[in-house]
Amino acid sequence: MTANPTVEPIPHPATAEAGPERGPRRRATPLTLRSVAYSVLLTGLCLLILVPFVWMISSSLKHDNQVFTVPTQWIPREFVWSNYADIWTQIPMLAYLHNSAFLAVVISFLQVITGSFAAYGFAKLRFPGRDWLFLAYLATIAVPWQAYMIPQYLIMEQLGLVDTHLSIILLQAFGAFGVFLMRQYYQSIPDELIEAARIDGLSEYRIWWRIMLPLSRPAIASLGLLTFVSTWNDYMGPFIYFTSNELWTVQLGLRSFVGQYDAAYAMIMTGSVISVLPVVLVFLLGQRQFIQGIATSGLKG
Amino acid sequence: MTVSTAPALRKRRPPEPAAPTRRRSLRPTLVGWSFILPNFLGFALLTLVPMVFGLALSFMDWSPWGDPEWVGFENFERMIRNSTFWIALWNTTYYAAGHIPLTMAISLGLALLLNRTLAGLGFFRTAFFLPYVTSLVAVAVVWNMLFNPTSGPVNQFLQLLGVSDPPGWTSSTAWAMPAVIVASVWRDMGYYMVLFLAGLQTIPNELYEAARVDGANAWQRFWNITLPGLRPTTFFVLVMCTVASFKVFDLIVVMTDGGPGRATKVLSQMIYEEGIREGRFGLASAISLVLFVLVAGFTVIQFLIQRRREA
Repeated sequence: MTANPTVEPIPHPATAEAGPERGPRRRATPLTLRSVAYSVLLTGLCLLILVPFVWMISSSLKHDNQVFTVPTQWIPREFVWSNYADIWTQIPMLAYLHNSAFLAVVISFLQVITGSFAAYGFAKLRFPGRDWLFLAYLATIAVPWQAYMIPQYLIMEQLGLVDTHLSIILLQAFGAFGVFLMRQYYQSIPDELIEAARIDGLSEYRIWWRIMLPLSRPAIASLGLLTFVSTWNDYMGPFIYFTSNELWTVQLGLRSFVGQYDAAYAMIMTGSVISVLPVVLVFLLGQRQFIQGIATSGLKG
Repeated sequence: MTVSTAPALRKRRPPEPAAPTRRRSLRPTLVGWSFILPNFLGFALLTLVPMVFGLALSFMDWSPWGDPEWVGFENFERMIRNSTFWIALWNTTYYAAGHIPLTMAISLGLALLLNRTLAGLGFFRTAFFLPYVTSLVAVAVVWNMLFNPTSGPVNQFLQLLGVSDPPGWTSSTAWAMPAVIVASVWRDMGYYMVLFLAGLQTIPNELYEAARVDGANAWQRFWNITLPGLRPTTFFVLVMCTVASFKVFDLIVVMTDGGPGRATKVLSQMIYEEGIREGRFGLASAISLVLFVLVAGFTVIQFLIQRRREA
């Protein structure tokens, strides 16, 4: 980061509201004091926000009757690791995980592919009807799913797709939000680049494949990640469409577990931890690209 | 559109030379549509068609057992006479009125806190975002346990602070909704924080520099630079947050299942119960229409306010 230091005679660079420049001359003492206080504040907030996770993990390592004690034992007296071994036989956790992963991967893949493909059309090609069509996409983002889930269900029923994985895949793979997000990103890619490629004789399809896709990696990561997370965590869709147990996702499995074994607190928390782990892993792997992708797609209406 | 009638005859250049050889052929249209089509097919069949179909459905009597029949406003009359509808409408509004401002304020606050250079910044951002990626059922179950009236940590903490009779949270009709709101704000704030962070990064730093030269204090800078600069982001976040609030379902179903009594029953849940569980497709679609009008109304109002501010 090369700052432009010549034109700023301000003595306190680090108090800047949005100062990304790493202060080359931090000298004043109140300043460091400030940043210490600041870090303390953030750490405090962070701990507060993480309390539910701590509770989840700590309870998952207890016996059922130790979960609710007054005062709360944040660190279990005895670590019951066997919960993590037992849960696989208590409920078909592995099958649930498998279903969730399958749906999340397939849907994210389709979202990214069809979304970015359509976004290229909307962002870089001119043809009659384009803007109206995009407006239709945009408008539906603001329509809550619940407002059309009944007719959607009836259509799915007519197609004979209720109680199949395909129903949820079709329902979630063609989101308007994905097209919107990718288009926002594509608009930040200069048109000159595409013009140059056209002059070089590349077809539009190859431009998309060879230039746009590689350039939009952060946007792909954001969209893929958001889709993965929301599919993995979706409760209502699978809840409505999947009646057979063997189709169930982790969310449904966990929920039914809660209903069946009301007092198996520790095991329920074990299941919760397991349900959270994969998606946290995926998030941690993709988060750098993700934050960048959201930031650069601008989200300016 | 107006001048492009004469093809290659005139030598005068068109105002916008998009491509060197832009003949008036079908080709660009076909290519354009070919890009959109794979997504559009799914989108049209499973989003656009159901939306229109749903509108028609709300004026029909249709159940899994009988033939559909056009009944005019009968579904709406039945809806108005249904006391659960009014309770659900109130609860949905209550939830939105709590969830939207709290989420917006907290996520903006977090974004402002994190929008500077600091050691461990990435860690903090990740930590604040973590609740959003947490699976919903886990969130609901954990918060239910934290809110346990007798031995949950929340009430233990309140007692420590000297509250002798802490609320029963999800077991009390008065406190169930606030409990749900707390859990939902906790879950959502990280997502909107990222959006606000992105918005903050678009505000040019020079503005702050100049303001500081002019002697503006932190509050003045926030009020006169940050807030106006964030306006497009705020608008987007507000719309997304409004839509999300009015359609709340999952968290409520898992945390309270609409209870105790009907204390946390919301419109989405009623749509599910009437439509998919009871098979009253027409009535459920009528309620859906109310939900849609509510969200659309709020969105349009926000849009108009935003437009006026911009002008």
